[in-house]
Parts: sequence; C-alpha cells; structure tokens
Amino acid sequence: MNTPSEAIIQLDNISLSFALPATSVQALDNISVKVKAGQITGLIGPDGAGKTTLMRLLSGLLKPDSGQAKVLGLDVVKNPQQIQSMIGYMPQRFGLYEDLTVQENMDLYADLHNIPVDQRASRYEKLLSMSQMAPFTARLAGKLSGGMKQKLGLACALVSPPRLLILDEPTVGVDPVSRRELWQIINQMLQEEHISVLMSTAYLDEAERCNDVILMHKGQILQQASPEVFSQTMQNRTFLAHSTALSKRHLQARLSKEAGVLDALIDNDDIHLVMQEAIINDVPAFNDIEDLHIRPTRPHFEDAFIALLKTNPDPGNAITETETEAQKSSQSSNDLNQKQSRLKNNVSDSIIKVDKVVRRFGDFYAVKGISFEVKRGEIFGLLGANGAGKSTLFRMLCGLLPASDGKVEVAGHNLRTASASARAHIGYMAQRFSLYTNLTIKQNLMFFSKAYGLRGKQQKERIQWALDEFELADYYNTNSNDLPLGYKQRLAFAAALMHQPDILFLDEPTSGVDPLARREFWHRTNELAESGVTILVTTHFMDEANYCDRLIIMAAGTELATGSPEDLRHHFKSAQNPEPSMEDTFIALVETKAENRKNIND
Amino acid sequence: MFYQILALALKEFQAILRDRQSRLVLIGPPIAQLLVFGYAATFDLNNIPVAIYNQDGSHLSRELVSHIAGSPYFEVVKNIQHDDEISPLIMTKKALMVIYIKSDFSNEQAINHSSHLQVIVDGRNSNTALLALNYIRTIIINFNQQFLKTQGRHPPPAVLKVRSWFNPNLLSRWFIVPGIVALLTLVVPLIITALSVAREREAGTFDQILVTPLSPFQILLGKSIPGVVIGLVQGTIIILLTVLWFKIPLLGSIGTLYFGLTLFLLSTVGIGLMISSLSITQQQGLMGAFLFLVPAVILSGFATPIANMPELVQDLTYINPMRYFLIIVRGVYLEGNSYADLISQFWPMTLIGLISLTLAGWMFKHRMY
Repeated sequence: MNTPSEAIIQLDNISLSFALPATSVQALDNISVKVKAGQITGLIGPDGAGKTTLMRLLSGLLKPDSGQAKVLGLDVVKNPQQIQSMIGYMPQRFGLYEDLTVQENMDLYADLHNIPVDQRASRYEKLLSMSQMAPFTARLAGKLSGGMKQKLGLACALVSPPRLLILDEPTVGVDPVSRRELWQIINQMLQEEHISVLMSTAYLDEAERCNDVILMHKGQILQQASPEVFSQTMQNRTFLAHSTALSKRHLQARLSKEAGVLDALIDNDDIHLVMQEAIINDVPAFNDIEDLHIRPTRPHFEDAFIALLKTNPDPGNAITETETEAQKSSQSSNDLNQKQSRLKNNVSDSIIKVDKVVRRFGDFYAVKGISFEVKRGEIFGLLGANGAGKSTLFRMLCGLLPASDGKVEVAGHNLRTASASARAHIGYMAQRFSLYTNLTIKQNLMFFSKAYGLRGKQQKERIQWALDEFELADYYNTNSNDLPLGYKQRLAFAAALMHQPDILFLDEPTSGVDPLARREFWHRTNELAESGVTILVTTHFMDEANYCDRLIIMAAGTELATGSPEDLRHHFKSAQNPEPSMEDTFIALVETKAENRKNIND
Repeated sequence: MFYQILALALKEFQAILRDRQSRLVLIGPPIAQLLVFGYAATFDLNNIPVAIYNQDGSHLSRELVSHIAGSPYFEVVKNIQHDDEISPLIMTKKALMVIYIKSDFSNEQAINHSSHLQVIVDGRNSNTALLALNYIRTIIINFNQQFLKTQGRHPPPAVLKVRSWFNPNLLSRWFIVPGIVALLTLVVPLIITALSVAREREAGTFDQILVTPLSPFQILLGKSIPGVVIGLVQGTIIILLTVLWFKIPLLGSIGTLYFGLTLFLLSTVGIGLMISSLSITQQQGLMGAFLFLVPAVILSGFATPIANMPELVQDLTYINPMRYFLIIVRGVYLEGNSYADLISQFWPMTLIGLISLTLAGWMFKHRMY
C-alpha cells in the first residue's frame, strides 16, 4: 500500500552517533521508516530518543553515518539546499530576531526564501489572519508572549509555501489556548495547501490528533501506526477506580503497588488504571481496599505509550519500575513519619500567605494584586501560560524578587529579608533544573548539602539517601551536564531535598520531561506531601493540576480562579461536556475573562 | 558559617578547574603575556639599522665609522655613494639613520680642531628616533674623549660620569618584568570574579544559592576566595620565573611583596565582584572586565610614566589600585623597600579594597534579580 511515490520521507538503515568527551551516543540506530504525504505524522518518545536528531537530519543539517535518507525524493546528503528550499523547519527554539518587529521578522524570512515582493502581501495577510497576529505586526518579537512567539515562528516557517513542514515540539511551554490556535493553523495549511507535516511532541493528546504516529526509543523505532491502532492494543486494559474511603493520592499510591497494575494515574476525580493483561467482561479485583468502585474506560493514547515503554525496560534510561520504587520509598517513609507527627501538630495553619501582591517592571505589571493562602501539607499549584506571571510570583515567594506592593509571607517570614535559619526550612528547585553543569553528581550533592549546613555523619547519610532514593549511584562521578534530562531533574530534586525542608518550591519541575519521568516525579511529590511537607509548584501541564490539593490559575498577572481542581472543573460542567478536563476548564476560564473584558470595553 | 563559605569556595574552584576553557584562561594568557613582556616589550634599541655616507675617506672618518659599526646598538646596513640614495633608504625604513660625513670633514678638523657631522633620522616614531640619537651622541662623546687622549691633549673641561642606581646597566627588562607581576595578578583574578556570578545567573544556579541559608555577605566571601587564592598562586609562579628565569634581582623581603600582593588582590577581586553584580550574562561580565582593565593598565605607570600624563588624568590614577602595587613591586624588587617605606602605598590600596568590597556587597544585595 505504501508505494514509494506516496512517501514524502524515506529512511533506509540510517545510523548516526555523536562523540562525547567520555562516550559516544548512538542517536539513531539503524532506522528505516516511511512517512506518507498529505497528512500529519507525529513523532513521540522519551527524552533522548533521537527525535530532534532525526528532524535535523531530515532538514539536511546533519549527515548520517550510514544509510540513505530521502526527503521529497531527494537525498539529504547530496541535495540539502534543494530540500531546505522546499521544506519549512521550525526548531524547538525558533530563530526569531527579538529586536525586530513581527513584520520585520516575516520580511526577513521572505527575503531569505527569495519570495517575490508582489506575492508577499497576500501571503502575509493569510498567515497573519490565520495566526490572529494582524494587530501586532509592529510589536517587537521579544515582547510577544510564549504562545505568540511560537505562532510567529510557525508563520515564518510558512512564508514560502513549503511542501513539508517539520516542527520540533512546537507546543512546549505554550498555553492551551495558543496550542489550540497552533493546531488550527496546521490543520488549515494541511487542507488548503496540501502540505505534509512531521511534528514531534511531548503532549500525547496531541499525538492522538495525528494521522500516523512514530514512537521512538533509544534511537530506534518501537512502533509506527495510527493512534487508533496504538490504543486498540490497550482494549480492556484500562479502568477507572474510585473509593470514598481513601483520598485520590492514597488510592493512587495503593493501587500502583498492586500486582498486575502497569500504571495508576489521577484522572480528574478517579484513578486511571492500566493493567498488564486485558480483562474481558470483568474488572480487576483488589483486596483490602474499602469501598472500591471500578469501571472500564476508554484507553488513552498515553496508556499505549507507557505500556510500550514499560514493557521495554532499560536501566540506562529514565524508566524505572514503579513497583520497586514504591517498596523502597515505603522503607524510607519511617524517618518521614517522625517529621509528619512534628508537622501535623498545627495542621490548619496557613504557612504561606500572599496578600494583594503586585510586581511592576517599569510600567508593565507582571503580577497585579494576587492573594491566596496555602495550608501546611498542601500541594498548591500555580497554573498559567508562559507570561502569565506565575514565575514572577514564584520568585517573590522565594525571596528572589522584591514585591512592588502587598505582602508575601512564608512560615511567618518574608524570605527576602529573613534570617538564614528561616531559609533553612525551604527547598527550591529552579526552572530548567539549575545545577553546576561541570560538576559531578557527587560534587553537586556535596555542595548543596554543605550550603544547607549539613556535615559529618548527617551529610553522609543524606547523600547516601539521595543516591539510593533517586537511583543516582550509577552516575555518581558523571558531570551533571552529560546526564539525560530525566536524571538532571532527579538530581535537582535531590539537591532541593538534602536538608529535609518543610516547604518545597518547585518551578516547572516537569517541563520538557517525558511522561514516564513526570509520573515518577509526581509519585515522589505525593509522598512528600503525605509526610506533611508543603509544596508549591508551578506547571503549564494542565493535567498535572489534578495532583494539586488546591491551585490558582493565572493569566496576564491576574487571578482567573482559585480552588480545588474538582471545584474548578465542576464549575464548567455542561451538557456538551459533562466531564470537562483541566484543559477545557482553563480555556473556558480564559474565554470568559476575555468576554468580560470585551463587555467592559463596549 | 565559615564552613558554608568554604563549601562555596571549594565549589568555585571545582567549577573553574573542571572546565577546560577556564583552565586555559588560567594558564594560557599568563604564559603568553610573560613571554611577550619579558622578551618582546623593551625600551632598549639594539641593532639600529644605520647607513653611512662617508665622502671623506680619511683615517679620522674611518675611525669614527668603526666606533659606530662596533657598537652593539648599531648595524651598518649600507655604505652610501650618492646623495639620492639617502631618501629611499629612510622612506623604505631600511635605515633608521643616515650618518653623513662631508668630504672636508678631516680637513676642517685639522684647521679648526672641530668639524661637523650630519645625522639624518627617521622621525616618524619620535620615541625610537630620540633613543637612537641618544646612543649616537654617547658614541660621539666617547670618540671625542678618546681622540683627545691619543693626541695627548687635555680632555674637555667637564666630563659626565654616570652611575645608575638600582639598575646599573639601565636594562629596561628590569623595569618591565616586575611590572608583569602586577599586570597578571590583575587580569586573571579580575576576569575570574567578574564572570563568576554572571555564569551562575546564566545557568540559573544563582537563584539556587540565594535561597540557601547563605547570606549575600557569605556568598560574596565565598566568591572572592578563589580569585585571591588563584592570584596568589599565579603571583608566586610569576615571581619565581622573574627571579630564576629572567634573573631580575629581588632585593626586598618576600613578606613585603606578598603583603602588597594580597592587598592588591583584595581590591582587584572587589572590583571584579562589582562588575559581576552588575552583569547578567558572561558576555557583559567580560566586557565590563575589559572596560576596567585597559584604562587601569594604561593609567598605572606600567608602560608610560604617570608624571607625563595631564594633571587631571594623574589625579584619576589615585583610584587605580595597580598604580600603588606597581610602585610596591618595583620598590621591593629593585630598591629593596621595606614595609615602612611602602606605607604610603599600602593604605590607599587597603582603602580601595575595602570600598570596592563593601560596594560589591551593597550592589549584590540590591540587585539580586
């Protein structure tokens, strides 16, 4: 059925490796694949699977060590220029010139692609109206929000009508509204100009919208099929569990330890279970859990992804078996219990208080009068798109940025002026897992433990704990820069926990990390919360909001809503959408807000 | 509290020494500069190309020419026969100087007991021209004295007997090489500290440190220790090389030298940290370091005497720590100065160090984001 003429991309036995100072990495390992024309093909896989390498190779930016790669019937090694003139490539960080306006950026790309001047006006008009950027043509690209930047990047990649569009994680860090708009643009181009699209994505719900999906892992292709085929393998293996006796987090922790359970995930009000085997016409049975209700449910695409990766275990990757994980952590929970009893004494206190906080940069208000309180032992989420002001608010809470107005209190102190002992009670994990890149894991842990005043036996114990708990021992003497992203995240998390803080600040802890590492991360975070640690977390993954006890949703520096995820979702229940997801809720909130503003302006 | 500062300092060392590029910065430029300044930079002129235009041909004139040719300062590149050869030689820089001995040179001498000698010199570089003229003047004076002696006549009424103190042979290397100690201990510690905070800002680790119980003051101290230590190690290596390799006499006490070096490093590191607290990217840090370095070296008296500068600029040099340290280095090396002799240099440097470190601390606190 796949005749060569239909294939817009054809790879035969492609291998490519990179030499690192210490080792070499086989980024692509003997890959053969065909991508059909006229459709959207999704490229998914954990971090370091080789997705970006593959896309760069297809764009003629990298040469394979061996094998043959053809794009649009042309060999990428022999004709890279010709290919580049016919494709649009949008790398993860698109090369926008931040000091040029939107219009100037588009002109630049039109010049680079030699678009005749008389054709430009109509093309610009179409792209600007599609991306809804027309009102902003005179704005500097650097002043656009994250979502708008991505839309502009896409528009620039489309200035010369390409036959093939290669998009590398175009929606990472983009808010749901902008994501939806990006998809609209891609779909419109697909229908009107019959282009083909190859896109990599970390959002598996996006992969579900593709016509064809390629799952990569460790430089190899695990499977290529339509999303429906992926999901079919999961038939009769997915269930929703619910118990009135246990909290969601408790239930999730219990169920993930049960035999036969491949994955347990909080899904809105229930626990979404993935079983190792199909159970036909019945539901899995678990003993000892009171008042447990289980019903079958439609498999998600993500379930297939997780199942495929978990049945392909690989010690060198971020994949670990949750079962051993859970056992290990139950052992270490003894010392947490002591802490718990200490903390639970005054459990109803508000440990973090934010009162009408304002942060101004010049005449720009990044945060305009936000108020909320966080109780001891809560997981509190700060949700919002890039540029919503959550990072600014977060930095004010940690004392990294003074507030222009209003009050910020963490455990009774303003951390900006607080004494060293007050800061010893908080842990902080910065965005992008900030670590000393040319220091080894050991040196990083040694430094952070010392910075928190640990020494002697206690220091030794905590470092050993970090190595065991986060399974870092294998990489003990590796530079943190050479670690896979999942391990960087673990190391950053371990560094933040060295001194057993009472309050934990996590800034985008799951950004760029694949679904497996995200699960592992939330598993640990839940355990910490159970032991009484207060956790403040920012995220732009809307589904992660379900892990929070309460959360605040921000947009343009203001509060859209505050409450528990259940309350927020139930607020937007409607006849068409009886079970709205967090993402639906977010979009609905943003839209009602925009409407309100319009009404006021009218 | 001290434990945590040491932890930070240790981490700084690890970060610097484990990075190939920063290791190169530590080793490469110092060696290159030591070689350049030790060998290439000199105020002495040797083998000055000179052309002789001797129309006289007498015994006297040949005697004079042999004095010039025999001097280590001059090298006769051509014996000229015609007037029109002079101009191209100077124009093409084949000769810096042309000595013209007219045809009646010896005759006139015989009649008047004195005669004239013309020197044509390339004045495009006034400094070299003056130096070359000085040398030729000395040769002529020697020649005259010797001539009078062989003739059994009285020497001229006043004869100059020069005795140069501290540097008997007036070797410019003795002047320049000790200055390198100051130059190199300025450059490397300044760049290291200027980049240290910016590097962490770029990597995002600075936030991570700020939320630890470390206070800004502790962070500042932890960040200044590596600069001072690296400066001391580097200073030691350079001092050893100047004495053992370049054979520069070190007359004063090592203690005085190191006391001055430590004070100098404190002010250098203070300025480096000020630059660091202002810059957000490493590029800005490097730019800031160079914006300070170039005027600091020029206004230090390293190459050109401060006394030659306009008065306003001379006043400006008082805020330059390198100015004081150069006097200390040269004083200790060549004069054998003691603590007491250098008090007037120590206290301004201490003041600059204290002010710059305090300012850096203040800027740190007020620009933590």
